[in-house]
Amino acid sequence: MGLRDAIFGRTKQVAPQLDNIFALPGAALTLQSELDLVTSGQAGLCFKAGSGESSMLSDADILELLNFDAPKDSISLTSDDLGFKWLVIDDPTIDGLVTKIHAANSTMVDHELGPRLLCAVFGFVPATPPGEGSVRLVYLLKQGTFYPFAPTGPNQRDNELELRVKSFLSADLVMEKDLSRWMALWNLPVR
Amino acid sequence: MAKTKIESDRGLNVRMFVTGLALVVLYLIITTLLIYLGVGYGLVIVIVAAMIFSQYFFSDKIAMFSMHAHEVTPAEEPRLHEIVDRLCLLADMPKPRVGVAEMDIPNAFATGRSPSHAVICATRGIMTRLSDEELEAVLAHELSHVAHRDVAVMTIASGVGMLAGLVSRMAMWGAMLGGGGGRGGNNNDNAAIVEMVTWLVSIVIYVVAYLLTMALSRYRELAADRSGAILIGKPSVLASALVHITGDMGRIPRTDLRKAETMNAFFFVPALAGGTAASLFSTHPTLERRLDALNKLERELNG
Repeated sequence: MGLRDAIFGRTKQVAPQLDNIFALPGAALTLQSELDLVTSGQAGLCFKAGSGESSMLSDADILELLNFDAPKDSISLTSDDLGFKWLVIDDPTIDGLVTKIHAANSTMVDHELGPRLLCAVFGFVPATPPGEGSVRLVYLLKQGTFYPFAPTGPNQRDNELELRVKSFLSADLVMEKDLSRWMALWNLPVR
Repeated sequence: MAKTKIESDRGLNVRMFVTGLALVVLYLIITTLLIYLGVGYGLVIVIVAAMIFSQYFFSDKIAMFSMHAHEVTPAEEPRLHEIVDRLCLLADMPKPRVGVAEMDIPNAFATGRSPSHAVICATRGIMTRLSDEELEAVLAHELSHVAHRDVAVMTIASGVGMLAGLVSRMAMWGAMLGGGGGRGGNNNDNAAIVEMVTWLVSIVIYVVAYLLTMALSRYRELAADRSGAILIGKPSVLASALVHITGDMGRIPRTDLRKAETMNAFFFVPALAGGTAASLFSTHPTLERRLDALNKLERELNG
């Protein structure tokens, strides 16, 4: 975005970056060996619910769009109280989750809903509970970067665990280097 | 550090004294320069003194305003008030007013011209991040600043910097106007050169005064760390609080990604990109330095 755009206050919408997500299965192996964390069997895609004529899609329309040969009960669409929609996907394997999330992303982009995508979230839980606590890996679609989010309460997160996850995964994933962008996602519907 | 039970640290006191002494020497140099430059500056000094005094006198209001903080009652923030009450009893000092700043950045500050006019303030970010024990340690550090009268000390110290800056500006005007005469006929060229030199010297003084002020501030921070840790009796708790609010952990936000979309680039490219510039001359010692000092204190207390 150049100076001219800044002066005239133009805002260019950012296309999402989808490909970095394929590094996730490798990172999942690292998480298992280093921190004993395995996939929770759930992943979510968060996007802003639109309010415009053509972009005004009903939940049924979106589910129809994203119908990629998956059993109906493994995909659900929920809204949160902050005005965002969550596509929640169940799949026991991390490869399955990555494939489905990527398919959902691509479909959204194909239907020009790409700019609305906020993030994808993958849940990880201790293989032998209680363990160290569960961690979500958040993928910022606009930045193409990952960061960990480990909530421990309604407004509490385990920064120590998050920083350890980052240190282990830096080799596998494109991690978000600007820590001030590691925004929280309180009460997210993904396990 | 008058009548409080907060103990002092000799080594730190010596270093603070030396730094303060260096500032006094600077005062003398500046006064000499002022005398050399002659009259007209008397009024200027009065103005500067008034500015410094009001900065000192209204320090609590200025700080509260610039941090967007508001005073809170015990009913609004029982946890914060309880901790401050307990610490003030422990340290035998009057209870300051208590404020909260609604921001996610973890921070706390204490200010005010005297312990009886002090205000102690915490941000929402520090209150959600720290446990009660850690918050107590941070507030003990801030109360130590109040007990040490750091606002007065730092106002005097930075006042020198302001004076030096003023002298340099006056000298610069003098150098520019000096050539036009009025200063006694045939010595115009010499006068201009002398004033140029004065101007350069003033700038050097300004830089040195600034560096010394920063050094003094860092020593005051270490002294407050020490007193605060001794007050609560657990240096390790203050150390853990520092780890949680400075460095990497302090930068991880509590703000929700879905609420933050307007203030950054999640949906749109920002119109103006702003990098986070780290300040070159820091008012606080490094985290490492502070943790080292606290570790040493922990061993002393246990030892």
